[in-house]
Amino acid sequence: MINKEVRDIADALSGIEDGQVVMVGGFGSVGQPDALIEGLIERGARDLTIVANNAGAGRIGLAKLMEAGRVRKIICSFPRSAGSVVFEELFRAGKLELEIVPQGTLAERIRAAGAGIPGFYTATTVGTLLARGKESRVFDGRTYVLEQALHADVALVEAWRTDRMGNCIYRESGRNFNAVMAMAARTTVVQSCGMVAAGVLDSEAIVTPGIFVDRIVVVPETANARIAEAGAA
Amino acid sequence: MIAYKSLSRKDLAARIARDIPEGWYVNLGIGIPTLVADAIPAGREVILHSENGILGFGPAPAPDAIDPWLINAGKQHVTLNPGGSFFHHADSFAIIRGGHLDLCVLGAFEVAANGDLANWATSAQDSAPAVGGAMDLAVGTPRVWVATEHTTRDGAPKLVERCAYPLTAPGVVNRVYTNLAVIDVRDGHFVVTEMVAGLTRDALQAQTGVELMFEVPEYA
Repeated sequence: MINKEVRDIADALSGIEDGQVVMVGGFGSVGQPDALIEGLIERGARDLTIVANNAGAGRIGLAKLMEAGRVRKIICSFPRSAGSVVFEELFRAGKLELEIVPQGTLAERIRAAGAGIPGFYTATTVGTLLARGKESRVFDGRTYVLEQALHADVALVEAWRTDRMGNCIYRESGRNFNAVMAMAARTTVVQSCGMVAAGVLDSEAIVTPGIFVDRIVVVPETANARIAEAGAA
Repeated sequence: MIAYKSLSRKDLAARIARDIPEGWYVNLGIGIPTLVADAIPAGREVILHSENGILGFGPAPAPDAIDPWLINAGKQHVTLNPGGSFFHHADSFAIIRGGHLDLCVLGAFEVAANGDLANWATSAQDSAPAVGGAMDLAVGTPRVWVATEHTTRDGAPKLVERCAYPLTAPGVVNRVYTNLAVIDVRDGHFVVTEMVAGLTRDALQAQTGVELMFEVPEYA
């Protein structure tokens, strides 16, 4: 019988090694798999490249991972936000490499990786500093730049409900990068707010079909889940 | 000198909201544009889009009704209107980059008379500016309106001949709403179509970094 649920976070993260590319879902703190990030800190893998929209805030989660010296490079669209103190410190000290990618290009590069598309053209960044060094091409009189797919070794995502087959649904704005990143990595690890029996999730409404998911670990006690539990199934 | 009163941020947002017709799909940037959400006249259905995968979000919830899973792109708590929908980030930016929105309203450091927009980095030497979805919105949306104070806090003009700051996108701005005037961008010129009461053409020109054209009568 297929069962993608693993026993604990350590099992969920087994195989993550130094130097790997790790995608982390979420937008701000919503949909961010905090328990998996904590587990990654404990696992101790270094020299990681992190793909995420933000570069962490405060001294928890992604910021804590960076502060622990585990991140060599971050690929994101919005590194600076309220409380991104760890990023600022490391970046200024030259201890962190940064690749700034417009948010739509970031999402599409991830999607392309999941869809087997090596590159695509977009009008975003044309005529700006971010287009420097990029190949461009004219289609129907308009200039576009070439962007390449962004693959990962591992994607860490948070889902609202999952089943043993790996099917996922997300909650409200918690879907964000999670559903795209789940497609783009060799191994996709899901932090689930709750498991349901196979057949319970509405097949018409499954967002991430189980084929994209390798491992699921249930972490019901996130702050988000506790508060949201009251209002939703 | 004739006295004039510049618009507050809230009044500026309300002025913009007045021009958004029912049925438009609209993305609002951070800052003054965010305030437009609360200024849309009651009963007019305008569908607001948020980069993090929402169409049809509504106003901020009461403090005791906050849903931690529901935030907008500015990471503020919001609500969902009836008929609202959720989708992932790639679909959200397909909406933007595929030209499906009717309008985005963005803030700006500078806007040039040729429609160039600078709103993401204050210097080419800034190696870690936060671009977010600004470039995607500026390039992908058929109408780009800018909402901004007419000058910086130091009184330097934000409407200029050519942007000094790094561009977000070249030649994309259609209209600028400031605390002093409504200004269309047409064929490489700023064309003033509305001024706050009491403001003279000379006084507006004096706070602008490029020559303005006027389609409003001199204030009498």
